[in-house]
Amino acid sequence: MLLIYCPYCEEERSELEFRHGGDAHIARPTNMADITDEEFQEFFFLRDNPKGLIFERWRHIHGCGRFFNAARDTVSDKFVMSYKAGEPKPDLSGNAPATEKTVETYEATEGTAK
Amino acid sequence: MSGANRIAGQGRLTPARTARFTFDGKTYQALEGDTVASALLANGVHLVGRSFKYHRPRGILSAGPEEPNALIDVSRDAARRQPNVRAPVQEVFDGMKVESQNRWPSLSFDIGGINNLLSPFFAAGFYYKTFMWPKAAWEKVYEPFIRKAAGLGVAPTEEDPDHYASRYAYCDVLVAGGGVAGLSAALAAAETGARVILCDEQPEVGGALHYDTSVTIDGQSGYAWAQATAAKLKAMENVTVLTRTTAFGYYNHNFVALVERVTDHLARPDKKLPRERMWQVRAKRVILATGSIERHMVFANNDRPGIMLASAARTYLNHFGVAVGRKVGVYTASDSAYEAAFDLKRAGVTIAAIVDNRDKPGEAVLAEARKLGIEVLVGHSVVDTKGKLRVSSISVARNGGGSARAIPVDALLMSAGWTPSVHLFSQSRGKVAYDAASGRFLPGTYAQDCLSVGSCNGTDGLQATIEESLAAGELMARATGNEGGGKVELRGENAFEWTGGMAGAGEGAGVDTTVKAFVDFQNDVCAKDIRLAVREGMHSIEHIKRFTTNGMATDQGKLSNIHGLAIASEVLNREIPKIGLTTFRAPYTPVTFGTLISHSRGDLFDPARKTPLHAWEEAQGAVFEDVGNWKRAWYYPRSGETMHDAVNRECRTVRNAAGVFDASTLGKIEVVGPDAAEFLNLMYTNAWDTLKPGRCRYGIMLREDGFVYDDGVVGRLAEDRFHVTTTTGGAPRVMNHMEDYLQTEFPHLKVWLTSTTEQWAVIAVQGPKAREIIEPLVEGIDISNEAFPHMSVREGKICGVPTRLFRMSFTGEAGFEVNVPADYGQSVLEAIWARAEPLGACAYGTETMHVLRAEKGYIIVGQDTDGTVTPHDASLSWAVSKKKTDFVGIRGLKRPDLVKEGRKQLVGLLTKDPNVVLEEGAQIVADPNEPKPMKMLGHVTSSYWSENCGRSIAMALVAGGQARLGQTLYVPMPDRTIAVEVSDMVFIDKEGARLNG
Repeated sequence: MLLIYCPYCEEERSELEFRHGGDAHIARPTNMADITDEEFQEFFFLRDNPKGLIFERWRHIHGCGRFFNAARDTVSDKFVMSYKAGEPKPDLSGNAPATEKTVETYEATEGTAK
Repeated sequence: MSGANRIAGQGRLTPARTARFTFDGKTYQALEGDTVASALLANGVHLVGRSFKYHRPRGILSAGPEEPNALIDVSRDAARRQPNVRAPVQEVFDGMKVESQNRWPSLSFDIGGINNLLSPFFAAGFYYKTFMWPKAAWEKVYEPFIRKAAGLGVAPTEEDPDHYASRYAYCDVLVAGGGVAGLSAALAAAETGARVILCDEQPEVGGALHYDTSVTIDGQSGYAWAQATAAKLKAMENVTVLTRTTAFGYYNHNFVALVERVTDHLARPDKKLPRERMWQVRAKRVILATGSIERHMVFANNDRPGIMLASAARTYLNHFGVAVGRKVGVYTASDSAYEAAFDLKRAGVTIAAIVDNRDKPGEAVLAEARKLGIEVLVGHSVVDTKGKLRVSSISVARNGGGSARAIPVDALLMSAGWTPSVHLFSQSRGKVAYDAASGRFLPGTYAQDCLSVGSCNGTDGLQATIEESLAAGELMARATGNEGGGKVELRGENAFEWTGGMAGAGEGAGVDTTVKAFVDFQNDVCAKDIRLAVREGMHSIEHIKRFTTNGMATDQGKLSNIHGLAIASEVLNREIPKIGLTTFRAPYTPVTFGTLISHSRGDLFDPARKTPLHAWEEAQGAVFEDVGNWKRAWYYPRSGETMHDAVNRECRTVRNAAGVFDASTLGKIEVVGPDAAEFLNLMYTNAWDTLKPGRCRYGIMLREDGFVYDDGVVGRLAEDRFHVTTTTGGAPRVMNHMEDYLQTEFPHLKVWLTSTTEQWAVIAVQGPKAREIIEPLVEGIDISNEAFPHMSVREGKICGVPTRLFRMSFTGEAGFEVNVPADYGQSVLEAIWARAEPLGACAYGTETMHVLRAEKGYIIVGQDTDGTVTPHDASLSWAVSKKKTDFVGIRGLKRPDLVKEGRKQLVGLLTKDPNVVLEEGAQIVADPNEPKPMKMLGHVTSSYWSENCGRSIAMALVAGGQARLGQTLYVPMPDRTIAVEVSDMVFIDKEGARLNG
């Protein structure tokens, strides 16, 4: 069970108190009604699903109720940091966690499929 | 005497303290502190079970949690019975009843043993091959057969009368394992002042010190030192010592689950005590001191009762005072087994021979064996065994061939070396690394704040283990900010350092042999099965595991994994690390469901939500239905009425007189603030700034993709205050949805949201006499039709208590929804009922509510919509503002697919035969004679018998539905095809005269 730091309560609390809220830093267009299909697709449907560092939204729903953002490594589930909603996306390129190859694929064990 | 094989002066149990138990109906005597395994062995019982697949006689293999063979059924009474208990782990208590498993008619004569002779038909993967065809045989023949054959024990049928507890704990350092390493680490950590939890699965700490009597620490015998150290730790305020407690799961961020067995060893447990207790520990640092597990040797017929691990025999002798045989053989690839022979020999047991498959055993043990006069056959192997229900002799041959010599024995001890217990480390997502020199998988890359110490870390040697553990304990404790104490020093000595070990099949069980050399005892997997799997194309260890079931039993391959891997490696001609180890999963050992669910059972499994009016409804004889967690009054049957009768009566009464309904479960959100109207404009499709205070409006909420998310009536109480209602099931998610937008997209808006669902009791009074019923009770609100038309809201008093009174309707009748503070709900309802009943009104439930709303074509979000329906599809275009420049879903509604012709739209359906009621979910087609697969146009979403219409009515999602009004479509059912006509959705009072009356 994850231990998550709430930047509003300023302490680590159990995962049970939180709810995941999808990717962070996807701003809703202010001219929503006028955007193109491609822009809407980008805004609403397309997500990266990265292996490694991800910026995502969490809500401390059974605590202060606030939404905040966090940077998490999707391989190790380590939280790099969490920060308040509205704060800029931090630059973590310097300490991006190394992504190990953990999934055993057929190609990796048997070579290219014939 | 508690068993003929108990040797006076050996072991640590007290001879005077006895306990009696039965095994397969026969009474045996044990000593307090015995396990079932040690007590049976003391009484000369080696045969304790039958194997899973071949029903081969099996005995006790180990003295610990790794036991794959000796699985028994243990009971206290009829309800307190547990199958598949490992005999070396279960402590004996007086009056315990033990039964063997997987045998019929008896353990010594088991009909299922025929499987052993038929074993060529039960090769690895035989399920996949045998039960392929014919397809028809699966349900009637194969599946029942597999189900009957599967499993060992029989699950209890009675409800578990015991209770289980659960608690959370926090500490600086959690130490898993209470052997030399764990105790040393805990001691060093505790000395700094750190909060320490030490847990060990056995009744007493000590680990390997239970059997290794050659160890002294600080001048004390190892076992005595362990107990003294545990006592010292227990006396410290900052330390919790938990015995009979297994760390079974290691989860994210140092969250470790422990199970403490509280009463399973007690003859008469205090009823107040839980049977087991789960500890959910969050530790700042974790030290893994989980030790290692001895492996067996893989050779022909290595599974007869009487054949066991060398360390197990040593435990039975040195801790329990039990000799496992009178003439004992040893077969080993490791020095450690020699010490078992030495201890037994000194206790007066004959050692037939030590058969060592190595050419060069450790010199020290070899010298000691010679000194004790034990015959050692180096470079030899045991190639077969004999004995029906217990081993009677072994065949020994020089490695590489030659004639075999039979040596009579009544027990055979074996050791192929030691496998570090990296289970918890691996569960923590740490990566193991293969150490080729020692042939072991050891902790490699750590993923969490933990350290492994002692033999689970591959550390050999007593003093090295102690020093490593002391250092780790102090390091981890200091890392959590504890600065007290000084250095702890301990001095340990032991007789021999061990060398050796092997993995894979031994002599006579190698490639091209077909003997039964067991790798996995619990699932009856032999060396040849693993080779077969490789030959049949399984080259990944994960595939080999699943094809052969090696390591898939409840022991999770604690003995078999490394052997299986080595055999696969040999056949594949690929190094062990290239094949990889299968992943370790929690739990480390089986955990009862009782412990996992704790008090979350029966009424506490899922909380029931009851409205403030629930007691009144019960008194009125309501039948309740579950709506989410809510208990809602479904219908109110009178004497002799069926549900159908009751609902028909309620439907008639509401339209002819009036009805009273509990609408308290509807979600309610108070939206307050200067920007409240602007916020609602963004949340709903409708325009809210034009709504006057004192008026209500039906609102539709969309997701950003344009699909209907929720609906409800919103009343404006003041310029800056709205009373929002949501669907019953949607309340929490709508609140979350609103909070999300308010906090993250529109934080500039001055709005405050409060959930008030449970603060209001809501009594709907609906029907032509509704006004007459409530009028005398209401104070301060003119509820005449002119002053208080449909879709109005006022604040005032009813029966002297504050109310928010809504004029609104979900029935199509003139109606009111009386909101009062929850605590007043029942008394206000009683006052309303006192007037309603004499006027001919009835109480009605959710079923009648459903019928009445369908008669008016009012949709239920989630029943008539399914997350792919737009407001336009639901004929609700009128509720979508065309003037607003933004609301959630405005852009989604314009997506090409959402504006396309031919979308499924909500329409009414009238069956050609008015007496036929369609099934909800039934599919709709245009041409009933079209060959299959037919083109489905849509499905029925709501369908009822309408007593008021005198016929059935239905709503359906139909492709291009609006354009099909008047068309005949068909609903094919298994026994007939039903013709229906597409209609609009309003079946009663199309002009709305009743509503506005």
